[in-house]
Amino acid sequence: MHVVVVTKNTPDTEATITVDANGGANWGDKMVVNPWDEYSITEAVLLKGAHNVKTTVLTVGTEQHAEALKHGLAIGIDQAVRVWDAALEGDDSLVYARAVAAAIKKLGDVGLVIFGKEFADSASDAHIYQVARLLGWTMLGFVAKIDAVDFAGGTIRVQRLTEHGTQTISGKLPAVISVVKDINEPKYPTFIGIRKAAKADIPVWSAADLGVDLGSGKVKVERYQELPRREGQVELIEGATAQDKAAALVDKLIEEKVL
Amino acid sequence: MSGVWVWIEQGDGKPLPASLEALGLARQLAGSDPVTALVFGQGVDSAAQAAIQSGADAVIKANDASLAAVRFEPYVALLDKLIAEQKPGVVLAAATADGRELMAGAAADAGAGVLTDVTELTLDGDTLRAVRPVNGGKVLRVESIQDAGPKFATLRARAFKALEPDAGRSGTITEVAPVLAEDAVSTTIESVEHEAGGVSLTDASIVVSAGRGVGGPDGFAPIRDLADVLHGALGASRAAVDAGWIPYEHQVGQTGKTVSPDLYIAIGISGAIQHQAGMRTAKVIVAINKDPDAPIFKLARYGIVGDLFEVVPALTEAFRKRLN
Ligand SMILES: Cc1cc2nc3c(=O)[nH]c(=O)nc-3n(C[C@H](O)[C@H](O)[C@H](O)COP(=O)(O)OP(=O)(O)OC[C@H]3O[C@@H](n4cnc5c(N)ncnc54)[C@H](O)[C@@H]3O)c2cc1C
Ligand SMILES: Nc1ncnc2c1ncn2[C@@H]1O[C@H](COP(=O)(O)O)[C@@H](O)[C@H]1O
Repeated sequence: MHVVVVTKNTPDTEATITVDANGGANWGDKMVVNPWDEYSITEAVLLKGAHNVKTTVLTVGTEQHAEALKHGLAIGIDQAVRVWDAALEGDDSLVYARAVAAAIKKLGDVGLVIFGKEFADSASDAHIYQVARLLGWTMLGFVAKIDAVDFAGGTIRVQRLTEHGTQTISGKLPAVISVVKDINEPKYPTFIGIRKAAKADIPVWSAADLGVDLGSGKVKVERYQELPRREGQVELIEGATAQDKAAALVDKLIEEKVL
Repeated sequence: MSGVWVWIEQGDGKPLPASLEALGLARQLAGSDPVTALVFGQGVDSAAQAAIQSGADAVIKANDASLAAVRFEPYVALLDKLIAEQKPGVVLAAATADGRELMAGAAADAGAGVLTDVTELTLDGDTLRAVRPVNGGKVLRVESIQDAGPKFATLRARAFKALEPDAGRSGTITEVAPVLAEDAVSTTIESVEHEAGGVSLTDASIVVSAGRGVGGPDGFAPIRDLADVLHGALGASRAAVDAGWIPYEHQVGQTGKTVSPDLYIAIGISGAIQHQAGMRTAKVIVAINKDPDAPIFKLARYGIVGDLFEVVPALTEAFRKRLN
């Protein structure tokens, strides 16, 4: 039985982003593993420790995303695969999902696919649910805890965090899940892990290797825009005592009809 | 193909505020075309009426035990069937956990495009164009779908305006049956736990958040008092969540929730870039911090430099006096 975790590199969360005259965005060279995937990758490693499963970390992207794969290998994932094809240029979730779904079929005997909650760069999670739909598998998103998983019996029970509270839901395997930050304490690569990962041989599969027609994306990214500027500077409320400051602030907020 | 559809998400039998905002936007996008609300569940009549009062011309309702709570498979199967038959131009939902799952799933079935968590949306002929905050809200991205077929989008809470409910509006209601029988659905919801009395963070017009500065779980007591007086929701920084002082549901930021309230009060929060990712779009930001150089003051409209354990109780008292 096989557990697959899907990841990519995203710009450093500290990076400053600038927009050029053509509407292109620049965020510098420093990339990190998608922050949400620190949890999904760790969860796969924890499952490997607790069950007799093989783990694979998968990325769909250019060479620069190989780093995210090495992060996974360094933490203890068994093998890595990268999928890339010119048809994947652009940022359409369904085209991306078709590639992931085809790679999962090619890997074979997959019981569970784990994603981090979303990609931090494109702020999108649509591909996750689309992978589940394309495969026709159980979808459990926003998982804060895996209560139980039985790979042999083909069942899973998880806790999902939604706007309506914490939901305990059970389902059949194979399943696609997305995980939120609460699920575990991320593991970080060790020196030995990093050295091992550096030596790993990572196959690259094309659409032809996967035997899939990726189709063409319907979503077009037109351009980036700077955020509207926040006007003015902070006004520090002065006063002799905390009570005076508090009263002055409340006056301002009421005057400005914020309340 | 024409018409704008809105999937209505419910809580306690009522449409979520963000679903009513979606109806408000749908009304605007549809022009003279009809706005149709999709209301699925068990006992959905009052939600159907609420949708009509808030802008729907028609309701497609499905009333069945298998749809009582939102589940991916039966909901997407039903959406897919209806969309394939009736071919709406645009399908919208609030960008909640369930809204995001369902719209993306239905878009996959339709081979269509989906725009996620948008803050602006326009429809020009067959082109649906959105503005979305990306990269932790540090930059905006303009995305579009040009297609005669259905186009999907999920909308960020509080980015669009709901219409004033009008009890005089009328609309047609059509009932449809579920597509999947219960035994064809692979998931079972066993229980749901709510946190008592909390205001939903993403729908809240006032959010009171605290961070490492409160020093421990008990430090949240004065913060809760302030949130209660303001009928606001309680937020937190990741530092406070990671320390175990408050549950993760309250975390605001890059790896937590994104909120856009009218008023955001940040207390004992330094204002790290990853925290800003979740609250930058608040209309008015107030910061309370003992360090005058804390980055949060760069974002704030008003600031109080001082010890939160003195300032917050004083503020709660001042609000209580002025608001009652
Ligand atoms: C990938 C990634 C994702 C992240 N995601 C998030 C996220 O979603 N949300 C998030 O918040 N953070 C996130 N972080 C963490 C973020 O970088 C900061 O570490 C965190 O926001 C700091 O929390 P804080 O402001 O409460 O703590 P600190 O930075 O320690 O600030 C505490 C503040 O309290 C003030 N203070 C202390 N005592 C008092 C007092 N008595 N009265 C008044 N003021 C006082 C101090 O002056 C200080 O400014 C993320 C980090 C990474 C790397
Ligand atoms: N460091 C960077 N700065 C600006 N744009 C980038 C950067 N890295 C990748 N991109 C662009 O982001 C898009 C997705 O790239 P990739 O992640 O390589 O698939 C492409 O349009 C890239 O050109």
